[in-house]
Amino acid sequence: MACESEVLTVDSIACTGHGICAQLLPEWVRLDDWGYPIIRPGAVPATLLPQAKWAITNCPALALHLRKSG
Amino acid sequence: MPTALDFRTRPGAPPANFGTNGGTRPPAPAENGFRLLAHLPPGGGWTSLAEHRTRYPAPPAATSRPLTALIDEIERAGLRGRGGAGFPTATKMRSVASGRARPIVVANATEGEPASYKDKLLATVQPHLIIDGALYAAAAVGADQVLIGVDRTAPAAVAALRRALDERARVERSGVTVQVVETPPGYVSGEESALVHFLNGGAALPTASPPRPFERGVAKRPTLVNNVETLAHVAQIATRGATWFRSAGSPDEPGTMLVSVSGAVARAGVAEVALGTPLARIIEQACPTTPAAAALVGGFFGTWVPASGFSAPLSRAGLTPLGAAPGAGVLIVLPEGACGLAETAAVLRWYAAEGAGQCGPCAFGLPALAAEAAALAHGPVPAQGLGRLQRWGGEIEGRGACKHPDGAVRLLRSALRIFAADADAHLHRRPCRGSLGGRVIPVPGPRR
Ligand code: SF4
Ligand code: SF4
Repeated sequence: MACESEVLTVDSIACTGHGICAQLLPEWVRLDDWGYPIIRPGAVPATLLPQAKWAITNCPALALHLRKSG
Repeated sequence: MPTALDFRTRPGAPPANFGTNGGTRPPAPAENGFRLLAHLPPGGGWTSLAEHRTRYPAPPAATSRPLTALIDEIERAGLRGRGGAGFPTATKMRSVASGRARPIVVANATEGEPASYKDKLLATVQPHLIIDGALYAAAAVGADQVLIGVDRTAPAAVAALRRALDERARVERSGVTVQVVETPPGYVSGEESALVHFLNGGAALPTASPPRPFERGVAKRPTLVNNVETLAHVAQIATRGATWFRSAGSPDEPGTMLVSVSGAVARAGVAEVALGTPLARIIEQACPTTPAAAALVGGFFGTWVPASGFSAPLSRAGLTPLGAAPGAGVLIVLPEGACGLAETAAVLRWYAAEGAGQCGPCAFGLPALAAEAAALAHGPVPAQGLGRLQRWGGEIEGRGACKHPDGAVRLLRSALRIFAADADAHLHRRPCRGSLGGRVIPVPGPRR
């Protein structure tokens, strides 16, 4: 359990590019020139997890997911 | 219809035989060294099932129990998929065979790569070999159904496959239903998940993975999607054995491969070559019209290789140092004096038009990338130089639901590397003369 980490992913077919994720989680998500999210690869730091979950709940397209890895 | 070029492979001896004639030695392959393209009827005529059966025994009837010995033989042969990705065929078959429901086999002849003709050619001249291969694959994984997906804009291939099935319906029973399904043209319809989605009655668009088709595909059953050339090799391995298969090619990349050669050559067509044949030899045999400056290896989904790299063998290992891969076996020859940047821009425009428009980075990024590349090729050159092209490339990569945008980025990167001097000249002086003339690479127009 200790080594398990979570990666933030976007379903690029579902995403509608409204950029709410970048507003709610700027530490981990930025937008490309067309308004679609570029997510940092790798494990989301534990300190950011609550905020990541907040972004997931608020994504209008429900396109954001946390995937277990490691 | 493309023609078959005369290329030679090393001949070999046959032992293993999974066909219905059991221990009988099947006839040796044609003396000229062709394998898949051996015994072609003169002038593209018809090879009847009876004639085909004089060379290839009928595949065994499939049961729900996988024929694992055949999967083992395919593994020993070292066969990798010939559709582009080069995944080991036996590994794919094993995962499908281990699924819970009865599997389905999909033979993929959609050939979405615009510069590839080999699957259409093979389906036209050797439909029985493809169908045999699909039946062996069905026996291997324990499937009771085969769907052959073929591009509906390739009428000769569709007709040949249908005719071959009609012929069999009268004389052979395999316990497996085989059907031809005509698919819409274009790249994304050949993408594995898009093809499965289409066969399930949906649109021919990629789906966000998972589950992958080998877990849950057509009719929610484990689905083995194999390129038709791969299946033709399966039929030959099943009748002639792994050792025979390995008598051509190199130890880590055995066998032959069909290669579609086009561009500035007098004899454009499909060649069958042993893996490891130097690019120079393949290009030479297709008779370049002028000295070649570079080649787009792997086709629209490939990488530019300069003439200085033509001594490289056509194999994954041989092309890796050049950042290239054989892909689905495509070589497009660029003559000296042509503008590689303008050719690249034209192909990028095709990428932008061909995207399924489902993912933002693909739907918006690719048109922007294509427009910027066109500006570099034809002017007015972008004020930011190459900066924005490079940044966009890096940002678009890996962000589509399928690999479509990644292909565009890889092509662009190789163009900026191979034609760096040209890009510099375009930026600091003006577009070269080559960019003004017609294009060498025929880029298909918008889809019907
Ligand atoms: S909030 Fe959701 S829909 Fe909007 S850009 Fe982010 S991931 Fe896409
Ligand atoms: S990446 Fe492009 S082609 Fe692939 S699914 Fe998304 S929009 Fe379609």
